[in-house]
Amino acid sequence: MKKTPIWRRYDRLLGQDNKADIKAELRFHIDCKIDELIACGWRPEAARKEAEQQFGNILAVQRAGERIGEHMERRRRITDYIAECQQDTRYTLRTLAKNPAFTAIAVLVLALGVGVNAAVFSVVNTMLLRPLPFPQAQQLVWFRAGKSFDAKIRAAGGLSADTYTVDVYREFQRNNRSFQDVTAYQTFYGSLQYKMTGVGEPRQLDAVEVAGNFFPMLGVTPALGRNFTNEETLKGGRPAAILSYYFWKTQFAGDPGVIGRTVEINTSPAGVNGPVTIVGVLPASFDFGAVFSPGKKVDLFVPVVMDYWKTWGNTLAMVGRLKPGVTEAQAQDEANRLFPLMKTQHQDWYYDYASDLSTLKDHVAGKLRRSLVVLWCAVGLILLIVCVNLSNLQLSRAATRGKEFAMRRALGAGRGRLIRQLLTESLILSAAGSVLGFGFAYAIVYELAHQSSISLPLLATMHVDLESLAWTLLIAIATGILFGLAPALRMSGVNLQEAIKDNASGMAAGRSHERFRSTLVISEVALACVLLVGAGLLLRSFLRVLDVDLGFKPAHAVAMQIDLPPANNNDQLIQRTNILKAEIDKVSALPGVQAVGVTDLLPLDRNREWGLESDGRYHAKDADRGALVYLVTPGYLQAMGMRLVAGRDFTWHDAPSDQHVLIINQAAARREWPGEDPVGKLAHATSKNSDRIIGVVADVRESSLEQESSPTIYVPMTQNSDVEGANLIVRSLDSIVNQAEVLAALRSLNPSQPASEFRPLRTLVDHSVSPRRFFVLLVTIFATLGILLAALGIYGVISYSITQKTQEIGVRMALGATTGRVQRDVLWQTLRMALAGLALGTVASLGVARLIASLLFDTSPWDPVAYVAMAASLIAIALLSGYLPARRASRIHPMQALRSN
Amino acid sequence: MEKTRLELFRGTLDILILKALIWGPLHGYAITSLIRRQSDDALLVEEGTLYPALWRLESKQMIESEWGLSENNRKAKYYSLTSEGKRHLRSETKIWQAYAMAVAKVLEATHPPAQEIA
Repeated sequence: MKKTPIWRRYDRLLGQDNKADIKAELRFHIDCKIDELIACGWRPEAARKEAEQQFGNILAVQRAGERIGEHMERRRRITDYIAECQQDTRYTLRTLAKNPAFTAIAVLVLALGVGVNAAVFSVVNTMLLRPLPFPQAQQLVWFRAGKSFDAKIRAAGGLSADTYTVDVYREFQRNNRSFQDVTAYQTFYGSLQYKMTGVGEPRQLDAVEVAGNFFPMLGVTPALGRNFTNEETLKGGRPAAILSYYFWKTQFAGDPGVIGRTVEINTSPAGVNGPVTIVGVLPASFDFGAVFSPGKKVDLFVPVVMDYWKTWGNTLAMVGRLKPGVTEAQAQDEANRLFPLMKTQHQDWYYDYASDLSTLKDHVAGKLRRSLVVLWCAVGLILLIVCVNLSNLQLSRAATRGKEFAMRRALGAGRGRLIRQLLTESLILSAAGSVLGFGFAYAIVYELAHQSSISLPLLATMHVDLESLAWTLLIAIATGILFGLAPALRMSGVNLQEAIKDNASGMAAGRSHERFRSTLVISEVALACVLLVGAGLLLRSFLRVLDVDLGFKPAHAVAMQIDLPPANNNDQLIQRTNILKAEIDKVSALPGVQAVGVTDLLPLDRNREWGLESDGRYHAKDADRGALVYLVTPGYLQAMGMRLVAGRDFTWHDAPSDQHVLIINQAAARREWPGEDPVGKLAHATSKNSDRIIGVVADVRESSLEQESSPTIYVPMTQNSDVEGANLIVRSLDSIVNQAEVLAALRSLNPSQPASEFRPLRTLVDHSVSPRRFFVLLVTIFATLGILLAALGIYGVISYSITQKTQEIGVRMALGATTGRVQRDVLWQTLRMALAGLALGTVASLGVARLIASLLFDTSPWDPVAYVAMAASLIAIALLSGYLPARRASRIHPMQALRSN
Repeated sequence: MEKTRLELFRGTLDILILKALIWGPLHGYAITSLIRRQSDDALLVEEGTLYPALWRLESKQMIESEWGLSENNRKAKYYSLTSEGKRHLRSETKIWQAYAMAVAKVLEATHPPAQEIA
C-alpha cells in the first residue's frame, strides 16, 4: 500500500460519505475478482457476471455496512466532542493559571454571588418551599378564632382572641366531619412555671402542655419510649412527661435509661405537682419552637389535663389534620357553619368562635413570604450584577486576546468552536466560584441556624441539602452561560482582517466594544441602584422601629422568673403579698439597685386578655371591650421605667378587702373615657364589683414594636391572685446587678425559689425586632456587595479604556494638555456612565419601592432621604473608582506612550 | 473450485481476519485471498460475510481503515491491526488452540476414557 495520509484529512474536511465509501469498497472487491478471472482466461462479460454472482446479495451487505458505519460515526462524534472539551479545559486552565489576578477576582466575585444565592435559597426553601417537617404536612390546618372581630380589635386582643376554650375544642373535635383529628396545645406555656427538682439543682423548665393526641396527629413518633396514654391525660391520672431531644441530650446526657424515671416537677400557678414519670423522648427532628414559637427551646412536654383547664378562658391553640381528599376550603366551609351552630347550643360561650382556617405552613411562614421574596430578588440582582461584571472582565480580556482569536479563526476554527471555548472558560470559572460559594453558603446557613436570638420560624431546622446543591448547580451553569455568552458572541464575530492588522483595530472595533461595555456598566449601576434604594428604605424603617416610644426603658433592667407561693383565698394572698414585699425590699437594698417590681407577664412576650368596661355609660353590644391584663406589684412601673401620666402608683396598702383599684394605659383611657380624666372613675374589669381607676400610664408596646398599643389594664397583685407566673424586674443605676446576690436574697425568703437566669429587658426588644433586623442586615449586606461590584465594573471599564487610549492621551499631553485636563476628562467619562445608570436605576427603584411598601414601617416608598443617600453614595463610589485610573492616565509620559507601539 | 469447502464457525472468521492483518495492512480482497492461500484453498471466505465482519471489527476498534492506492493504482480501503486487535488475536488464538486440541483429543481417541473413581 502506498501511504497517502492526507486522504483521511481530506475526507474529513469534506465530511465523510459513508455510503459512497462502502460502495467503492465493494466495487473494488468485485473489480479485483473480475481481474483475477480474466487472468484465468475468462471473457470479461462472463467474468463480471461470475464475480457478481459469487458475491451474493450485494445490497444486503451494503445496508449492513451503512448501519455499522452510522453507529461508528455517532461514536466518533462523541469522542471528538469529548476530546475537544478536554482540549478546551486544558487550554482554559492554562490561560487562567497565567492570569492569577483575573482568576482570583472572578472566582471570588462568583463565589460571593453564588454563595449568597445558595444561602438565601436555603432560607427560602426551609421557610417557604419545603413542607413542614411532618408527614403529609399539607393536611395540617391551623385554627384562628375571632373571625367575627374586625382586624384591629383582633390584633389588639392578643393571644386570647386567637385561641379556644376546652369546651369549644372538645365540641369541634366531636362534631366536625372534615378532619381526621383535631389536637391542641396550651398557649400559656410562657407563663406557666415548671420547676424540676431531683436532678441536680432545682431548675426552671420550659414546658408545653399538649393534648394527648398532639404527637400522633402531627405524625411525630417518640425516638425513645412512647406517647402519653389516655389515662395520663386525665385529671388525677399518673403524671407523665415527654422530653425534647435537646433536653434529653443536655440534662440527661442522652441516657436511654431515662424512660420510666421520675422527676419532681412543680407547676405554678397550677397543674402537676409532684413526681412525674418520663415516658418518652422526642426525635431530634421535632422542634416545637421552630414551628409554633420561633426561638423557643422547649425542655419537656406534659399532657394538657382538659378537666383542669375546663374552667379557664381561651387558652388552647388548635391544629387539625384534614381527611384525605378534603380541601382547606371545604373545611373552612364546615367551620363557618359549625362554630355558630355550636354557639346556639352553648349559650355560656363567650362568643361564636368563628375561625379562619389556614394551612399550618401558611400560619407559620405566610407572613414572611413577602420579605423572603424580596430577599430572593435581592440576591438575584446580585447574581445579575456579578454576571454583568464578569462579562465585562471577560470582554476586556477577550479584547487583548482578539488577535489570538482572529488567528485561530484564520487557521480554520469555526465560530461555534470559539464560542464553545469561551463558554468552557466561563463555565470553569463559575464552577470554581460555585464550589467556593457553596462552602460560603454552608457557613452562612450553619451560622444562621444556630442563631437562637432571631425569632424566625423554622430557622433552626435550616440546613444545606441536596435541593440547595441542585439550586447552586443550576445557578452555576446559568451564570457561566450568562456571563460567557455575550463576550463569546462578540469575540467570535471579530472581523478577521481588522483584528489581524496590527494597529488599526484599536479604533473602529474598539469603539463599539467600549460602547457595549459601557452599556454593561450602566446596567450594573442601575441594578445596584435598586438594591441600594431597597436597602435604604428598609434601613430607614428599621431605624424608625428602633425609635418607637416603647413606653418603658429596656436599658439597665433585667427580669427574672420567681417562685410564688399559691394563693387560693384572701389570707393566702395576704401572705403571698407579704413575701413579695419582703423579697422586693431585700432586693432593693442590694448595691446598685434602683427600683424593683414584680409582674406576671412581660411586654413583647406572651399576653392575655380580660375586659374593661367603664361604668355608667351605654356600651354597644358588639363593641369590643377587651383589654390586655398585667398583674403587677407596687414599684413595677418604676422598675420598668414606665411613665405615669396621671394619678398614682399602687401601694402595698391596696389590700384584698379594700376597694379594688386599676391602672390603665392611655389607649384604654381614650376608649372608655374619651376626652375625660379617668382617674377616680369606676369600671368593670376583674370581677362583678367595680374597680376604681387610680392612674394612667403612657402606652407600652405590648405585642410588637410595630403595632399600636391596645387598651391595657394593670391590676395590683396585692388584690388579685389570678397571676400567670411572676417576673421580678430589677432596675439598676448603671452597674450590672449581681445575679447570684439577687438569687440568694430571694432564696433566703423563699427556699423553693429555683435557679433562674437574668433576662435583660433589652433582649425582649431585640427578640421582637429580630426578624426585621435579620432582613435589614441581609439586604444591607447585599446592597453593599452590589455597590462594590458596580465599583469594580466601573473601574474595570475606565481602566481598560485608558490602556487602550494610552497613545491618544500621550499625544494630547505632548500637544499641551495638562494633567488636570486629562483627569477631568476621565472622571467625566465615569460620571456620565454613573449618571446614566443612576437615572435608569431610579426609575426602576420607584417601581420596586412600591412592591416592598408593605414591608416598610413609617417610611414612604418615595422617602427622599433614601433616594438622595443612594444617589450620593453611588456617585461617590463611581468617582472613586474612576479616580484611580484617572490618576494613572494623567501620569502617562508622552514619550513613553508614543514609543510603546 | 472443487476443493472441500469448510464452513467457518461464527467467531472464527474474526480471528482469521486479525491473523491475516498481522503481516501488514490489506484491503478486503487481499484478505480473502490470503486466507485462501494460507489454508491451501481449504478455507473460502465469502464476501457477504467478510465485509460485515471487517466493519464490525473496525467498530470494535480492533482494526482501523484508511483509504490508499492498490497495486493496480486504484483507490482501495486498507485495514490494519490496532494494538487492541493484536491483544485480542493473541488471546483468541490461545483459546482456539486449546479448543482444537481438546476436540482432537476426543475425536482421535482409540479407547474409552478410564472409569472415573467416584
